[in-house]
Amino acid sequence: MVALWNNLPHLVQIWLLGLGKGSLILVWCLANFAFAMVLERKVSAWMQNRVGPWRSGLHGWLQAIPDLLKLFVKEYIEPRNVDRPLFILAPLVGFLSAVLIWLIVPIGPGGTAMNLDIGIIFIAAITGYDVIAIFMAGWGSNNKYSLLGAMRGAAQMISYEVTLVMSIIGVVMMVGSLRLSDIVEAQVNRGFFGWFLLPQIIGFGVFIIASLAELNRAPFDLSEAESELVSGYHTEYSGFRWAVFALTEYIHLVGWSSIAATLFLGGWSGPNLPQVLQGLGNILNGLGAFTNVAGDAVSNAAVSIGFMNTGMWAWAVGFIWFALKTYLFVFLAMWIRWTLPRVRIDQLMDLGWKFLLPVSLFNIFLTGVLRFVAVNYNGLPVSLGSFTLRLLGLWAN
Amino acid sequence: MEQAKELLVNMGPQHPSTHGVLRLMVKLDGETVTWCEPDIGYLHRCFEKLSEFKTYPQVIPFTDRTDYLAAITNELCFVEGTEKLFGDAIVVPERAQYIRVLLAEFQRICSHLLALGAMAMDIGAITPFLYAWRDREKMYSLFERITGGRMLYNYLRIGGVRNDLPAGILGTPTDGEDKADQTIWGFINYFDSYVWPQWEALVTDNRIFQWRTQDVGKLSAANAIAYGASGAVLRGSGVKFDLRKNLPNAIYDRFEFDIPVGKAGGDCFDRWIVRAEEMRQSSRIVKQALAWLAENPGETMGKVPRILKPPKGEIYHRIEGARGEVSCYIVSDGGTNPYKVKWRSPCFVHLQLMPLICPGQKIADVIAILGSIDIVLGEVDR
Repeated sequence: MVALWNNLPHLVQIWLLGLGKGSLILVWCLANFAFAMVLERKVSAWMQNRVGPWRSGLHGWLQAIPDLLKLFVKEYIEPRNVDRPLFILAPLVGFLSAVLIWLIVPIGPGGTAMNLDIGIIFIAAITGYDVIAIFMAGWGSNNKYSLLGAMRGAAQMISYEVTLVMSIIGVVMMVGSLRLSDIVEAQVNRGFFGWFLLPQIIGFGVFIIASLAELNRAPFDLSEAESELVSGYHTEYSGFRWAVFALTEYIHLVGWSSIAATLFLGGWSGPNLPQVLQGLGNILNGLGAFTNVAGDAVSNAAVSIGFMNTGMWAWAVGFIWFALKTYLFVFLAMWIRWTLPRVRIDQLMDLGWKFLLPVSLFNIFLTGVLRFVAVNYNGLPVSLGSFTLRLLGLWAN
Repeated sequence: MEQAKELLVNMGPQHPSTHGVLRLMVKLDGETVTWCEPDIGYLHRCFEKLSEFKTYPQVIPFTDRTDYLAAITNELCFVEGTEKLFGDAIVVPERAQYIRVLLAEFQRICSHLLALGAMAMDIGAITPFLYAWRDREKMYSLFERITGGRMLYNYLRIGGVRNDLPAGILGTPTDGEDKADQTIWGFINYFDSYVWPQWEALVTDNRIFQWRTQDVGKLSAANAIAYGASGAVLRGSGVKFDLRKNLPNAIYDRFEFDIPVGKAGGDCFDRWIVRAEEMRQSSRIVKQALAWLAENPGETMGKVPRILKPPKGEIYHRIEGARGEVSCYIVSDGGTNPYKVKWRSPCFVHLQLMPLICPGQKIADVIAILGSIDIVLGEVDR
């Protein structure tokens, strides 16, 4: 097989690889949609004393399949005087922008479809497409609600994109690279307390708020505000065209959550089974103070499954951690959505431009100063009796 | 090319948040509303005209269906009006009076719960609405045991109430949350200890909710009076006027309760606070009625003639309903049917406030204002 692959012309290799990766990403996105959509309905049901989907599959977890099938066979209703090319293309553009995020997300050690060295800038560029999709849908629909929704969506997403990128700059400054895999590696090296969640707590807060606005999720779901604009920009869509908007929404949500996990929670990094057992054995042995049978047994077990540290095992562990962290953020977004009311458009703009943007700029300044001090003086030594604490140690490496 | 300065948007008759079948015509300059006009009549069912062809007791089920979220208070208005028409000929037993007040106040809690839930949903928080629904279901189970109906009761009678309370429905003051859908005491305790604090924490204290409602849809006290507003809308504007205190019908003068008023100049948040506080006051009244009812068994139906023929005359009776002043004007020509019934519904009056307070607000505020004046379209159109 390997020989056959190596004998292929370079161009064919590139195309085959591209096709393979593209198909994988698409399947992965659809699987995530199926899971996230049911999860949202389950979470909302759980919060609202309801049952939620319960019929298709075990406890309703396959609900996405009948939903999509139903939408697939439904009639496409097209209002009179729509701008047809825009109307039909809009869902696809949005879908593309949601799927493309997954190109650069490292989903395991070395598991990136395209290890772009301008990862962060790529993200910023890709989200720009989403605005276009929303505006195309709103403008093309020939509907006043859609138009209002599109106007809101465009204003909101363009404003918050600035804030979003500014909130990431802090992380980029600490790593010195825009490449997402580098950001994860840096966090692996820094260890748990060095994950950028704590050193970049301001940036993290701004990022979470701004990405909710960027995703059009409640409390910032102004462009589809159900109680005001019916469904906003996708009011006139039906059948599978509407389904593509729904697909986009959830793929986007999971995509952004994965970015958040990568930037602030250490991506795929996390302890694997041997490491957990090793730690457990250490604790049972009183952190090396004494030994006993149980502690030794656990430590030996850790050594005997040491092969799990390498190869596919390590990759699988990394992937599991990545998925867990991603869905932590997905759940957070759902939790917020089913708790908070919606803000108004002028309040949204005020929040973005007058509060979040200055805060994220301040974060950049603060990161710069602290990092300068921490790196140049290798942390600030503070003596307390015989102890010497190195303040800002987190910032130094 | 001709350029449009303003955009005319039709909200409704099919729109997710018009609380029924209402059409709001709104002119927009960007997101700002410059003109707003409600268009009603989609739910007209000829209640007033139909009443002229029914005997007095037969009109009672119709009154249920005007404000279908607070049916008891409507029945109360018509029944008391008719009793007034009879003068001293009909005496309502005391126990029946207490049952009426108990149910009316219980109904007020129920109606306000939904009003708050619907307003929260209009502002974008869906979960409080379902919490309102959850608690309302418990109340409806209680109503079902007392009256046989969940929403539309036909329970009050001219001269009393149809039947006494079923055994065990009152419960004891120690009934807890687990008996919320079995005894009235159980629900009231559940309401005081769980429902109210939950609303407070989830919505009233929510910063985004306050952003959305404070300083939105301000209605000055002078305008509120001039437009004939009543209920929570009037009290939200700071006018301390409640018919239960100012012109007590039934036996409201025997109960202790306070009248909450808005303090911030009649914005949506004021109306919200007033409604929320009124629920607590209603729960106070219910407790007093429960205490009396537990100790005083007796008749629940007074002596009334087999065929009801009020003497010739006319009457105007006003009571404090859940949404404001519900009143009816009944003209009797001495026959078995009313000669004319005119129904004054608070929602109809409140809806005409929309053109007054909406211009200058954002389109999202229109929905918040609509939610805060709490209209029921069945009552607007009758």
